[in-house]
Amino acid sequence: MKEYINTGNKDTRSGFGAGLLEAGKMDPNVVALCADLVGSLKMDAFAAEFPDRFYECGIAEANMIGLSAGLALSGKIPFAGSFASFATGRVYDQIRQAVAYSHTNVKICASHAGITLGEDGATHQIMEDIGLMRMLPGLTVINPCDYNQTKAATIAIAKHNGPVYLRFGRPSVPNFTPENQSFEIGKAIKLADGNDVTIIATGHLVWEAIQAGIELEKAGISADILNIHTIKPLDKNAVLESASRTKAVVIAEEHLIAGGLGEAVSDFLSGNYPVFTEHVAVDDRFGQSGEPSELMKAYNLGSADIIKAVQRVLSKK
Amino acid sequence: MKNIDNLSKIASQVRRDIIRMVNAAASGHPGGSLSSTDVLTTLFFKVMNHNPSGWKADGVGYDMFFLSAGHLSPVYYSVLARSGYFGKEELASFRKFGSRLQGHPSVEWSVPGVHISTGSLGQGLSVATGAALAKKLNNDKNFVYALIGDGESQEGQIWEAAMFAAHKKVDNLIVITDYNGQQIDGPVGEVMNLGDLRAKWEAFGWECIEADGHNFEQISEAFAKAKSSAGNGKPKMLLMKTVMGKGVDFMSGTHHWHGKAPNADQTVKALAQLEETLGDF
Repeated sequence: MKEYINTGNKDTRSGFGAGLLEAGKMDPNVVALCADLVGSLKMDAFAAEFPDRFYECGIAEANMIGLSAGLALSGKIPFAGSFASFATGRVYDQIRQAVAYSHTNVKICASHAGITLGEDGATHQIMEDIGLMRMLPGLTVINPCDYNQTKAATIAIAKHNGPVYLRFGRPSVPNFTPENQSFEIGKAIKLADGNDVTIIATGHLVWEAIQAGIELEKAGISADILNIHTIKPLDKNAVLESASRTKAVVIAEEHLIAGGLGEAVSDFLSGNYPVFTEHVAVDDRFGQSGEPSELMKAYNLGSADIIKAVQRVLSKK
Repeated sequence: MKNIDNLSKIASQVRRDIIRMVNAAASGHPGGSLSSTDVLTTLFFKVMNHNPSGWKADGVGYDMFFLSAGHLSPVYYSVLARSGYFGKEELASFRKFGSRLQGHPSVEWSVPGVHISTGSLGQGLSVATGAALAKKLNNDKNFVYALIGDGESQEGQIWEAAMFAAHKKVDNLIVITDYNGQQIDGPVGEVMNLGDLRAKWEAFGWECIEADGHNFEQISEAFAKAKSSAGNGKPKMLLMKTVMGKGVDFMSGTHHWHGKAPNADQTVKALAQLEETLGDF
């Protein structure tokens, strides 16, 4: 299996902050908005560099989404930042009407997604956001896996005309994808070639999938590993190509099973190439306070859980 | 005086359009459409710097209008058609399958004059504020107008936007409240009392101007005053006192016609009270 080197743990939200600053330098139409979480979203550098193009909205997320839609009309490219819980569930109707249904070029940027937000507990640990955003017609949904990829994704969505949901996280996680990589929206990245099982992962679970692949290889199981950073539109060709060879698929994500990438993949496969699938995701329950690493373990979201899921799916093959 | 007479004639036709559209669709919202007719007629036919035949969604170089109370689509579509955004004959398709004139204004259906989809209440003021910010960034000296309902002002997002616009000194934003005192379930004061609306907006840092929303002279003066204080650092709120269902005696002053279409007999009775001045669609 190809080797991936962690160049040092970094948080994906810092990748967003760095990407936003660069996008701002590239295009004077890029503007940013935040609802009292500038430091948490790492938007400080943009705010300092472009004070005239940055809007602190206070704790008023609904207004922030509406403002973003209004700014977008005349060609501005608004990046609206908050925690994933408040950037999606709290403002679902605003995103639905003023962004998705109005076709406004708004980038909804959501940090602290998933359970690895940690100590704040379930109120803040949204694990339904991919589902909520994926349901909205025309909305692109992106969940990059590390610092470098989040930075690249942020720059890429500035150049993409259309509403986007960009999801990233709080904890420091391995940074292993190439620096200054190009980021193609809607294109899966093949991380390992294998024939026995397909592992599809997104976000923080991509590194876990690689670790699982290494262990599986030692046990004589070759895994085809896909990093699906763009959940919608789904790279159907990549999924089909892999699943039709391995005939067994595991999907891993830091999200509920309901509405997540796993459901998107399973739904696609059931109508095009039915194979057994297994989910590594949270099944119909809320999170709780704790350290990110212990929560990942307690909610069965680690590489060991991916290995178990592979064993389950292979036993059905 | 001639101009005011003309506005009143246009408004009469707009009211006929509203009644006929809602009757033909057998659904829709005549009450608030009729109450806001005189204000929107003045705005579209006298006040706004707009370019109906060359309208562009980006609004650059022109005034922009946002209807936050999206259910007032009948009056919106009528003033758009009558001021030249699209042909008046299209009004006949209101709320019909496949029509651009959806029940609530929709960007997805590319209606000339419509910048944003509205219908879920409370959102349009935020969008208008964002558009006004963009005008400032673009050094575009034109204005952004928005219309909200008094009942709509029960939505929390209205006050989020109110706070923001004042804090950021969005003084190129002129907002109209169609202050008709009625909402679907009854009088606003009974359903959820807004209290002293003027004091509320002023407390939020807005410049407030009150006018009789059926007196064209007062409406024009209110707009002129708001425009003349563009650079004073304050967003403007025009509290337009209106009567729900204005212009049709049996619809006036009651919430019963907020969202109900007149039947054939009622339509005949209503139209008998409204002069056809520009030719029906």
